[in-house]
Amino acid sequence: MAEREDFMLSCPIPISEYPQVLLAHGGGGRLMHQLIEKIFGPAFKNPYLDERHDGAIVNFNGAKLAFTTDSYVVRPLFFPGGDIGKLAIYGTVNDLAMCGARPLFLSAGLILEEGLPMETLWRVVRSMQQAAELAGVQLVTGDTKVVDKGKGDGVFINTAGIGSIEHGVSILPKNVKPGDLILLNGDIGRHGIAVMAVREGLAFESEIESDSAPMNRLVLRLLDAGIAIHCLRDLTRGGLASALNEIAQAAGTGIAVEESAIPVRDDVQGACELLGLDPLYVANEGRFIAFVSPSDVERALELMRADDLGRNASLIGRVTEDRGGLVRLQSHIGANRILDMLSGEQLPRIC
Amino acid sequence: MRFISEYRDAQAAQRYARLIQRIATRPWTLMEVCGGQTHAIVKFGIDEFLPEALTLVHGPGCPVCVTSVELIDKAIEIASRPDVIFCSFGDMLRVPGTKKDLLSAKANGGDVRIVYSPLDALRIAQENPSKEVVFFAVGFETTAPANAMAVYQAYQQNIRNFSMLVSHVLVPPAMEALLSSPHNRVQGFLAAGHVCTVMGYTEYEPIAKKYRVPIVVTGFEPLDILQGVYMCVRQLEEGRAEVENQYTRSVRREGNRVAQQLIREVFRVIPRKWRGMGEIPESGLGLQPRFAEYDAERRFGVAAHTVEESSECISGLILQGIKKPHECPAFGTRCTPEHPLGATMVSSEGACAAYYRYRRMPATARVIKGS
Repeated sequence: MAEREDFMLSCPIPISEYPQVLLAHGGGGRLMHQLIEKIFGPAFKNPYLDERHDGAIVNFNGAKLAFTTDSYVVRPLFFPGGDIGKLAIYGTVNDLAMCGARPLFLSAGLILEEGLPMETLWRVVRSMQQAAELAGVQLVTGDTKVVDKGKGDGVFINTAGIGSIEHGVSILPKNVKPGDLILLNGDIGRHGIAVMAVREGLAFESEIESDSAPMNRLVLRLLDAGIAIHCLRDLTRGGLASALNEIAQAAGTGIAVEESAIPVRDDVQGACELLGLDPLYVANEGRFIAFVSPSDVERALELMRADDLGRNASLIGRVTEDRGGLVRLQSHIGANRILDMLSGEQLPRIC
Repeated sequence: MRFISEYRDAQAAQRYARLIQRIATRPWTLMEVCGGQTHAIVKFGIDEFLPEALTLVHGPGCPVCVTSVELIDKAIEIASRPDVIFCSFGDMLRVPGTKKDLLSAKANGGDVRIVYSPLDALRIAQENPSKEVVFFAVGFETTAPANAMAVYQAYQQNIRNFSMLVSHVLVPPAMEALLSSPHNRVQGFLAAGHVCTVMGYTEYEPIAKKYRVPIVVTGFEPLDILQGVYMCVRQLEEGRAEVENQYTRSVRREGNRVAQQLIREVFRVIPRKWRGMGEIPESGLGLQPRFAEYDAERRFGVAAHTVEESSECISGLILQGIKKPHECPAFGTRCTPEHPLGATMVSSEGACAAYYRYRRMPATARVIKGS
């Protein structure tokens, strides 16, 4: 109750640094977490939200359910390896998968801009339908709104999803403990670079395709095999670095990772060097990290590598005894540094 | 990855670390001039490979950091006009002016766009004839040729709705300003490789001679920097003060003459105020009178005003290599990348931001294996 009063006292605007919302507040970095910690968290405070997980895990009439929502705004709407429709389905499916749930039902809200070609809408909807089929979920309810021309960016989509949790494993950031090993299911940075390449008109020798994919089957395969998973997190905005920081902070532990163990494809690395970006912060749509007991790591890696979505899975680091939620990275040349969370999105450097 | 991984090889780095340790008999203080080098040093932890007695101080070569508050304010003023599309390199957007930054100008409705090249801004001008398109021309000699080319093309193609807010700075005058300061503690320089790719290094030869200071033109990958340090320490130990070129795969003594010619044609040398360092004579580039109509300051009549910088910020001392970021009492507490007191905390090339992101503490552990 005391915290709630504090919140009321600090109304109307608890954040002093910025009197208005900046794009960086949606970038998956520190500013976005300030919104969560200072505005949304205190406003809606409850035990489910306080877990700071990808979705809420609720017990309802004896059933254990996962519930999540996500909104999708991407420009361009279509890019190599995916489109906004596919993202809207897989993104929510993946958030459910990160709770260890079997995704069942999705809702979709579409906000369309006046003047959007009907053919574009049809392509997006077709893509959503195919994605839902591949992920094994049903889209059971929806809504459509149209805004004035110039007030939207073609199509915005929100999806929410419900999944059932059919095993006894508790997958939460707070279950992460020192000694846990961290597995990554493949190379990073492809989605962000694929989208940016189209946006900036960059051409590479061969096209870089988004890694956009539903990860629910791979996760359930690990759980069905009895792998002791303590936490899962998909790498979306803010990339691997932000996901590691989120978990370290929520769990109050340290994390140590090795840069040379993190797979990055040559073409993605090349694009990052060219654009002045660090692949560790670039967005993904088909990648996750799993925090696993050391005794299960060999088996987990074997299972992941047997799946198309985990072909290049690797052991990238471990949870340490340190407190304070810092992530440390051993660089390619063998020195250590902090792997920090960015303020907002990465901004390309001058030279 | 070819042409990258060779220069990030851990074993080769160890070999250079051992070589440096073997020849360094005294404490030396070196300065890497360029912000790109500072970024690489802290990102890869290169200073952990150096003997404890060897100090690297971080120089003024971050164009984002040294751009004066006045110019940032002018940029914000121009970007806030409804008839303007304001184009900039990405990391200028978060640099605080007196009251706000370009990101806030964007949030207030200003049309602020990130571009990768000034020629992109020129294209935007052609596509939006009813708008005024302004490019924020920031940088050292490295970015000057491309910016000169944009003005030149605008002139040739008679593109009238394009102009440039010029904030160009030059490296050699800043080095001289540092060296002639009574507080100077720099004994050797790693010169900025990409600046020298354009300009060559003949202009550093008189500086090395006059101030008896070794200058090694150095690249940006970990092994480049370690080799540059090695060459610099070797000169100091042997009592030499010459200009040497580590970055031979990119730099020739005479530089890129075509690029230099273009810079001279479009720009002229002017005095420039540096954030944290004050005005340095002959340290900047402005447009030649012939191209004055492309000068955004003139076109938009942005009022000349002077601004007091935060008295708490010691970025001036940091840019001159007198203090290190973690020696500042505000570092990481009242001054963070979200709430920067000065520009060295904003740009990813700024020394304070690099320390905050990668370290938040002085380097302690040494990682030199064997000897």
